[in-house]
Amino acid sequence: MLGIALYLVFFLIVVTIYAILVMGLNLQWGFTGLFNAGVVAFYAIGAYGTAILIGPERPELIGGFELPFALGLLGGAALAALAGLVVALATLRLREEYLAIATFGIAITVQLVALNFDALTGGANGLIGLPRPMFGYFETPNLYNVCYLVAVLAIAGAVYALLERAVRSPWGRVLRAIREDATAARSLGKNPTAIRLQAFILGSGIMGLAGGLYVGFIGFVSPIDFLPILTFQIWAMLIVGGSGNNKGAVLGVLVVWGLWTISGTLISQVVPPSLQSQAGAGQAIIIGLVIVLTLLFRPRGLIGEESVVSKHVRAARVARDNPSSS
Amino acid sequence: MLQAIADGLLTGAIIALGAIGLTLTMGILRFANFAHAEMMTWGAYMALGVLTLFGLPTAPFGPLTFGWPLLVATLVAAGLTVALALLIDRLVFRPLRGRVGHLTLVFASFGVALLVRNVVLLMFGGRATYYSNELQMSVEVMDGLRVMPDQIFVFCFALVLAGAVYLFLQKTPLGLAMRAVSENPSLAGVCGIRLGKVVMWTWIVGGSLAAVAGVLYGVTVQLRPEIGFHLLLPLFAAAILGGVGNVVGAVIGGLLIGLIESLSVLVIPSGYKLAIPFLVLLVVLFVRPSGLFRGTSGGR
Repeated sequence: MLGIALYLVFFLIVVTIYAILVMGLNLQWGFTGLFNAGVVAFYAIGAYGTAILIGPERPELIGGFELPFALGLLGGAALAALAGLVVALATLRLREEYLAIATFGIAITVQLVALNFDALTGGANGLIGLPRPMFGYFETPNLYNVCYLVAVLAIAGAVYALLERAVRSPWGRVLRAIREDATAARSLGKNPTAIRLQAFILGSGIMGLAGGLYVGFIGFVSPIDFLPILTFQIWAMLIVGGSGNNKGAVLGVLVVWGLWTISGTLISQVVPPSLQSQAGAGQAIIIGLVIVLTLLFRPRGLIGEESVVSKHVRAARVARDNPSSS
Repeated sequence: MLQAIADGLLTGAIIALGAIGLTLTMGILRFANFAHAEMMTWGAYMALGVLTLFGLPTAPFGPLTFGWPLLVATLVAAGLTVALALLIDRLVFRPLRGRVGHLTLVFASFGVALLVRNVVLLMFGGRATYYSNELQMSVEVMDGLRVMPDQIFVFCFALVLAGAVYLFLQKTPLGLAMRAVSENPSLAGVCGIRLGKVVMWTWIVGGSLAAVAGVLYGVTVQLRPEIGFHLLLPLFAAAILGGVGNVVGAVIGGLLIGLIESLSVLVIPSGYKLAIPFLVLLVVLFVRPSGLFRGTSGGR
């Protein structure tokens, strides 16, 4: 029983971290219509950035600044935002899909740096023995995990609240206007490139934040946690839940990560070890099918975007429907 | 140095073949098809499948490691790749085309790429394999330059094929129709060109070239399910460098990308070779986003 409860805590921490990641993507794709094909890169930059900033000093490594965790977390997010700035500056003035191609490129590059730049990233072994924030104050690791879950939930809640506020603000309305028709938005005096740039950078920073939180949880980074399949998983989570809706994004994480975990457990039980790589392919095919079938048959996802109506129109409707009350 | 140039041109010729199909898709169908490079993987493995299924004997031509069985297998593989491309278009892209924004098409192709790659992995497993186990001695052409007969064949074959595609687009009515749609689809429609037919032929040309490129890659390097995943970035870089929609540009772009990738090893550790096309792409996008040569208006 305790085992299941502990596993549930573990599962929920990962789900919450992915939910933050999906909310970052939702800001880019769901609200602004920017295609990020390298989600895993921004997540990895945040994770490695945090790890290098908080890590203990080691003679063979660059970095190991031993900063407090909160600073490391912010630094990681800032590095991810900076990477977002570079690709966005190169591509946002151009054809829309160039951003997709460039983000795909940055994902490949980050993977190579993680694997090959031993002095910075520890190479294939990664960076181990990273301090977990305030670990010493807790009596057992289990208690610590429960508290970490609470902290991560609080941060996810803050990100959710911030994004909900942002997308309902005038700025958020411009995002959608640009997504639907950039020319019309420009004719109203808005600068689509600048606003796309802001949304993309903010989204990248949120992804980096998720990466840093993951490092704080597991206490090490290695390239194994940042495989290309993660980008597809995050995308599947977003569109299953319904892009353009943060509640949907969170729901999508639960559904897709649940599906992935259950199918993974089944495969490890049933399939002989010699066929594990094929079994992994089977899991990836499920993710691919989820993406393509959702796009074809339920493009709005489970929840979908709420149609936003100006409060003036809404007030007018209310007045029309209940003439006596006005 | 000389060796690096020769190796780069060889990889470049294979990239060029893939990039032709990609640049046509981007120019005519007007979306960046992330699944295009996976058609190379698919084609390469279909040829392997035909060879093993029928247990065809390896009857090598002269100094080459392969003979007519591989040529037959390549033809069959090209057919199967075109079939896959048309099937994907029928099931995924056509229902979405016109109904959703074109970025959603890009996203769909992203999902399709994952599917194709993993179907290949499921069918053939993840180990690297070869078409033939015969060893080939390299020939010393010049001082400090050794090439294998296979490589010379592959290079010439790729260039001849690229030339044939160029003639097809310039001289035949079908090629003219494809170029017309690439420049202006509505005007082409008014002139009586059937869009459906042009779309179909874009897939036929792009799919078969991708299959051949995949086989040539398998002959000179090896077969792995990640071929497409690793070649996608070079293909995009070549297509954009050459001006999207421009076939000659794609070929020159492919050769240049191959060269730069190969020469970069002299300067930076070879572990980063895969990132070179991305750096080239970034430079192109910052400095000259329209590419070296004029693209078609559909590409812009």
